[in-house]
Amino acid sequence: MSEKQQVLYDIPGPKAIRRDRLYTVLISVLIIGALVWLAIDAYRRGIFDDRWQVLWAGDKGFTGFEVWQRLLVDGLLLGTLKAVVIAVPIVVAFAMILTITRQAPTRWIRYPAIGFTHIFRGIPVLLIMYFGVIAMDLSPLMAVVLGLVVYNTAVVAEILRAGIAALPSGQREAGLAIGFTPLQTMLRIQLPQAVRIMLPALISQIVVLLKDTSLGFIIAYVELLTTTKNLYNFFGNSSVIPLVVAAMVVYILVNMAVSRLATYIEGRMRTRQPRAAAPAKGADAGSGLVP
Amino acid sequence: MGVLIDNFDLLWGAFLTTLGITVVAGVLSFVWGVVLAAFRVSPVAPLRTFSAAYVTIFRNTPLTLLFVFLGSAAPPLFGIVLPLGVITAIVAMSLYTSTFVCEAVRSGINSVGVGQAEAARSVGLTFIQTLGTVVLPQAFRSVVPPLINVYVAHIKNTSVAAGFATTELTAIGTRLANGNPGDVIGVFMGVGVAYLVMTLPLSISAEKLESKVAVAR
Repeated sequence: MSEKQQVLYDIPGPKAIRRDRLYTVLISVLIIGALVWLAIDAYRRGIFDDRWQVLWAGDKGFTGFEVWQRLLVDGLLLGTLKAVVIAVPIVVAFAMILTITRQAPTRWIRYPAIGFTHIFRGIPVLLIMYFGVIAMDLSPLMAVVLGLVVYNTAVVAEILRAGIAALPSGQREAGLAIGFTPLQTMLRIQLPQAVRIMLPALISQIVVLLKDTSLGFIIAYVELLTTTKNLYNFFGNSSVIPLVVAAMVVYILVNMAVSRLATYIEGRMRTRQPRAAAPAKGADAGSGLVP
Repeated sequence: MGVLIDNFDLLWGAFLTTLGITVVAGVLSFVWGVVLAAFRVSPVAPLRTFSAAYVTIFRNTPLTLLFVFLGSAAPPLFGIVLPLGVITAIVAMSLYTSTFVCEAVRSGINSVGVGQAEAARSVGLTFIQTLGTVVLPQAFRSVVPPLINVYVAHIKNTSVAAGFATTELTAIGTRLANGNPGDVIGVFMGVGVAYLVMTLPLSISAEKLESKVAVAR
């Protein structure tokens, strides 16, 4: 909790401390009670039987190790992360091109670029993936990559635009004054600084991209979620809960690791380069993020 | 394009389904998101912990996984059987979007000047009064543009329901595209335009508002 939030209420006096303690106890009891009640309720339905063994002892000739191998290697590594690793460099390259064309002095270059960002931020990623599968006859992997690339290019271009807008106007003016063309100014002065400022927001966008790979589940791309489904279809009904919970934990841990990286970079920029972090408005790793 | 005109009722129905899920889940996620944000800044520690844990779990879980969870893991785990389709979609979307509403509102609360909350407290307002009558009304102003972007994404995310037995726009679009191989591009363009009708006004107004708020500061 930062000091900023502390300011919403007074530093509690003796009476408020007693009252807060009462609330704390009451609400803790309420929350823990609800969790315990849910657990007992689930226990009555036989949730805590040997079904969880599928996660360590395995079942039907599979060892627990092999189950995790399926989830983490076939699902996470060769499915989810593969799509991410293919998509990210393409997104970066296209987004830079789009950002540059968006700032072009010529109207006929600028307008289509602006149109692209507006249109593809407003169309569902899943629809683009379906377009890839049905209209372009792509493989599921390529369709997933297509969806991720088209949408995230538009979003990243938008983030970079905000970064360029946050730069002091003197940066561009100085570039032009020493005889750079507008394009050179963009490439050598504005864009590198925009990327630096927006690095936390850009890394947070990877979390969005990572979560969107799960749409591959719907178009039959084999990633973590599809692997989970295949596994629980194989092991039978009782394994649904352990496997879905395991997949959820994997997703949460991976995404938290990426978010942690964004926070770390943000903190490092703030301590090492106080001036570079100054226009961090909109670069807050959480606030600019969209589902 | 003929396919779109021939199947106009189908598309119109699907459009209304998408719109219905968007509006109902949108209202629910807004209310729940604001409550979560209030929890997040409240003086009572367990509420803060609850809200932080909730946001961490649901924001880092893909929406598709939430649909799978509600469809296949929730019935045995909680004994809740949600009717497949629109209801499941509304519940999943509300649980998911509320975390983004919470984050947007929370960063808005942080953007309100310290003096405002101090002034409110010094005239004797309680925490709930400070938040409800002084801080939140001001926070909403700077929260509106990011919030609109959250809801643009929310509209698009309703398409995930297509994979879970809901006949909304994307589902109908793929059905028509598969049924009319000669007119695939036209069908996708039509469905895309139907989404843009909802999202484009929002994203453009967000952009306009953003520059307005930026100037007013």
